[in-house]
Amino acid sequence: MSTVRLPAVLRAQADGQKAIDVAGGTIREVVAGVVERHPALASQLLGPDGDLHRFVNVYLNGQDVRYLAGLETPVGPTDEIRLLPAIAGG
Amino acid sequence: MQSSSDLLRGTQASIREVDAPEAAERRKAGATLLDVREQVEWDAGHIPGAVFIPRGVLEEQIEASIPDRDTPIVVYCRSGARSAYATKTLEQMGYRDVVNMAGGILAWDQHGLPIEAPANLTPAQQQRYSRHLLIPEVGSTGQVKLLESKVLLIGAGGLGAPAALYLAAAGVGTIGIVDFDVVEASNLQRQVIHSTERLGEKKVDSARTTIQALNPDVKVVTYDEALGPDNVERLIAGYDVILDGTDTFETRYLLNDAAVAAGIPVAHASVFRFEGQLTTFVPYEGPCYRCLYPTPPPPELAPGCSVAGVLGVVPGIMGMLQANEVLKVLLGIGDPLVGRLLLFDALDGSFSELRLARDPKCPICSDEARARRERGERVTAAVVGADQPFALGAFGAGGAAAGSAGGVR
Ligand SMILES: [Zn+2]
Repeated sequence: MSTVRLPAVLRAQADGQKAIDVAGGTIREVVAGVVERHPALASQLLGPDGDLHRFVNVYLNGQDVRYLAGLETPVGPTDEIRLLPAIAGG
Repeated sequence: MQSSSDLLRGTQASIREVDAPEAAERRKAGATLLDVREQVEWDAGHIPGAVFIPRGVLEEQIEASIPDRDTPIVVYCRSGARSAYATKTLEQMGYRDVVNMAGGILAWDQHGLPIEAPANLTPAQQQRYSRHLLIPEVGSTGQVKLLESKVLLIGAGGLGAPAALYLAAAGVGTIGIVDFDVVEASNLQRQVIHSTERLGEKKVDSARTTIQALNPDVKVVTYDEALGPDNVERLIAGYDVILDGTDTFETRYLLNDAAVAAGIPVAHASVFRFEGQLTTFVPYEGPCYRCLYPTPPPPELAPGCSVAGVLGVVPGIMGMLQANEVLKVLLGIGDPLVGRLLLFDALDGSFSELRLARDPKCPICSDEARARRERGERVTAAVVGADQPFALGAFGAGGAAAGSAGGVR
């Protein structure tokens, strides 16, 4: 199980949880696992094509997965994943 | 018993000395010049690039300034006496390649070698900025640099207000403020540059009043207008660093595109309730805002502070960190958060750091976009691409693809 950290902007759709443990061998599987657990997150994370929105960044142990293998980036059991949408507040 | 001249002769005989031209050769070859005089002497003029440690605190500070004991060092003072003792001390501390410059900076000057005299601080400024002057990385050279610097704040709101206070206190000589709002009661929970008695006043005027009361050295330039595609180029022109304290995606993208084109670094932060994100965009050295977030979320998925709320200290902390980034960039010290995104969580009391990269396909800061810009072409909507949100149209040539940008709260 890898740990997925959710920022405040996503937490209302995840029963207020800051982090959840999800199984999955790739980022795609982990994100699918997150959405399965909290279906209300689907519209915030995924576009109509089922891919991640371009305004949601995914970091695997602090690295942007866009510069790894994207959604196919392999995930290990002790990895930390952050889902991070843009925020604009100032 | 030894007289002072015996002691000096004995010391000079036991160390290696070079004359001024030889010191200049060593300097050219990469040796570190170490000035061991007092502050007032340093301020009156010193060898460019020299490290300054008064002899009285030499033992205490040398290891922090020059940790590597194999560093070639040329020590100097006014006439070569104090630096002879300092050379001896450094040898005793294990520095292996230390020489004294005989004749001191007087001899250096007589040979017509370069001396740098920083623009002088007034006695009042020396008092006001004394805690900066004590830090070797700032000192009078750095303080003069700050006084000559120009920083533009986009927004005198949650982020801009605390940042403006500290930048003004630090002696940033020119602070520009772009904001078209008036002070409202709901601002005062976090926008500490404003006050209850100034409710209803224009924010730029309120901010100017506070800054001038805090530090009359600061020239405040106010722009009572909304940042938009038609004025962004004009507003940012001539500033050294920009602090992005806006609260809409429109303004953040507009500012990004114009700042990259103008080659101006942006200290960037955004907040949501108990959390903040911070990074510094230095054009072509690290990613830009479009590299980080190629598109904005739809409004319903990204509520601002006026809808979602924010703990007042969060923009305070993030604005302060932005001010810290601004000062580092202006002074050329430390490691600005270029290519790093700092996350702050007020509830956990934790900071996390994520690594960011330049997107080689970024429409605004890719090598291709840069090359076009350097050839004198404008990076317009045609290059940016029709699907790019908030793209500036015929950038700077009048007209714009996107509508007028939203507000700065
Ligand atoms: Zn970019």
